[in-house]
Amino acid sequence: MKLIGLGTDKIGTTVLILLASVSFIIPLCNLVSPADSPLHFSAYTVSVLGKYLTFALLGLSLDLVWGYCGILALGQGAFFALGGYAMGMYLMRQIGTRGVYGDPLLPDFMVFLNWKELPWYWLGFDNFWFALLMVVLVPGVLAFVFGWLAFRSRVTGVYLSIITQALTYALLLAFFRNEMGFGGNNGLTDFKELLGFNIQSEALRALLLMISGVTLIAVFILCRWLVNTKLGRVVTAIRDQESRVRFLGYRVEMFKLWIFVFSAMIAGIAGALYVPQVGIINPSEFSPLNSLEIVIWVAIGGRGTLYGAIIGAVLVNYSKTVLTGLMPEIWLFTLGAVFVLVTVFLPDGLVGLMRRRLQESHS
Amino acid sequence: MNIFAENLFGEVPKVSSGNLVVEGELDTRHGPILYLEDVSVSFDGFKALNHMSLYIDAGELRCMIGPNGAGKTTLMDVITGKTRPDTGTVFFGQTIDLLQIDEPAIAQAGICRKFQKPSVFDALTVFENLELALKADKRTWQTLFYRLNGEQRDRIDQIIETIGLTACNHQRAGILSHGQKQWLEIGMLLMQEPKVMLVDEPIAGMTHQEIERTAELLLSLQGQRSIVVVEHDMEFVRSIASKVTVLHEGSVLTEGTMDEVQNDPRVIQVYLGG
Ligand SMILES: Nc1ncnc2c1ncn2[C@@H]1O[C@H](COP(=O)(O)OP(=O)(O)OP(=O)(O)O)[C@@H](O)[C@H]1O
Ligand SMILES: [Mg+2]
Repeated sequence: MKLIGLGTDKIGTTVLILLASVSFIIPLCNLVSPADSPLHFSAYTVSVLGKYLTFALLGLSLDLVWGYCGILALGQGAFFALGGYAMGMYLMRQIGTRGVYGDPLLPDFMVFLNWKELPWYWLGFDNFWFALLMVVLVPGVLAFVFGWLAFRSRVTGVYLSIITQALTYALLLAFFRNEMGFGGNNGLTDFKELLGFNIQSEALRALLLMISGVTLIAVFILCRWLVNTKLGRVVTAIRDQESRVRFLGYRVEMFKLWIFVFSAMIAGIAGALYVPQVGIINPSEFSPLNSLEIVIWVAIGGRGTLYGAIIGAVLVNYSKTVLTGLMPEIWLFTLGAVFVLVTVFLPDGLVGLMRRRLQESHS
Repeated sequence: MNIFAENLFGEVPKVSSGNLVVEGELDTRHGPILYLEDVSVSFDGFKALNHMSLYIDAGELRCMIGPNGAGKTTLMDVITGKTRPDTGTVFFGQTIDLLQIDEPAIAQAGICRKFQKPSVFDALTVFENLELALKADKRTWQTLFYRLNGEQRDRIDQIIETIGLTACNHQRAGILSHGQKQWLEIGMLLMQEPKVMLVDEPIAGMTHQEIERTAELLLSLQGQRSIVVVEHDMEFVRSIASKVTVLHEGSVLTEGTMDEVQNDPRVIQVYLGG
């Protein structure tokens, strides 16, 4: 506990305990109680919670680059979507002969396009471990190449934010095209099973919720450790005075690249956990708006705290679920308004507010 | 005996007075440690440095004075790689061409700087500020797994004492006074164990006592390191300088002892005539 600086940190500890309860108690309840018992959570609740946890993981990844390193990356959704596609490709290949066309090798959409063989970049995705590797590798490599070019030429601030938006927009357009071989507009869906489990089954949903929770907790602790290392302090220093850090002998671009790639990999993992729980991945996940939303989660929760990102992601998405159920047309306006209000009145987000309350109650 | 043994194994003998000149390694056996020749920098046509030449010797404590806008800070920008000159040569010793390497490489080679506007990391504690500055392997993975050893901790504590911030050890640098930030930045300079220290206006915002301690500190470092101090406060300059360089409109106006330059009619003209 001391190592990751949790002992003194009430909010962080509370968030961890809450996460652990959600990810263990709910699946356990569903496992031991019959379907009609009040202790039994519906399949819908379970997968919605699982989805929130993957969003929390995504928010966490953005907080690392934005909250700690000051890089306002507006393309985080692209890494999430790429991780999602990698997992989706594995799930597609698991379908096998159970597709509409019954082709043992080709996914339905390829048969529909009259393709005769599997494109080379689909090879290997029948192997779960290979797919998992790609979940982190593809976002990681893209972030590396992109970051290398951007950080070395010292692109910062608004310019960097704009080109990250351009990146995710370019991917959106590319993945829309049928010829790309990722299912075009419809994306990848109609999954049947994951590691031998029926993808619709309650057991798998409960398991996925648990895995999402455990991953989130593990990554949260890892990030806590990370920001408390010397590298974490260098990164914070870069956020506050980038050029000064160079004169201390640190290669700022390499540190930015490191944290950017690391965070892209986390986003990829989040995407991979998201896809089996919602049952689909399509190009809309690359939408520039999605990436902006992530920034809003983190801003509302409170940036530069890690748990703020988790709180923000879960609260905003819960409100989204509720509000879009009631009045879908007002959701974006509400989100925009809340964002503006938080930026003006709560620059440190909800976490900042909680911290102040805690301090007041102490004194 | 040692040399003989090493030769047996085909290794290069390491003689302490080092006869080998290694490209990219500091070599100051002949001539100055810092060597600027005919350096010009212009901003939108305005010449901040105008064919300036300057030589700093190893172990020297040099003061630079000059009216506002004379180009003192720009000179430090050129040496540390922040600004690239339009023309001229800038060498560190005989072998390191400072125009070929970037800011972190220059810092690692041993030229470190205190900025005119104190620039410490407000979000970090005093201790952490010094830890970041500490001479170490500053690559990413090495930084990630970096652990201070006892000796390094002692060194940081010792520097904290030197700069009189022991009481604020674990406080955020953001809450320090202007003078304390200046001290902290000087401490960060010391942590880097530089061969050349460039100190831009160190005493702004300091109390009388602090100023005296700064003078003592700089004097005590003389000989071990080359130090270039830019300062407007003439009394302070007189208290530390053996050699003073006067800059004016981007060039060296004159050099000499404090008395010499103060009695130089051109200097008087520059300071009084504007
Ligand atoms: N980045 C820049 N762009 C444009 N002009 C600049 C820039 N940096 C410096 N200058 C100009 O170059 C001239 C020299 O500036 P410099 O900061 O080197 O002066 P200085 O001798 O340090 O003055 P001071 O005593 O006020 O610190 C000034 O006229 C300044 O306005
Ligand atoms: Mg200046």
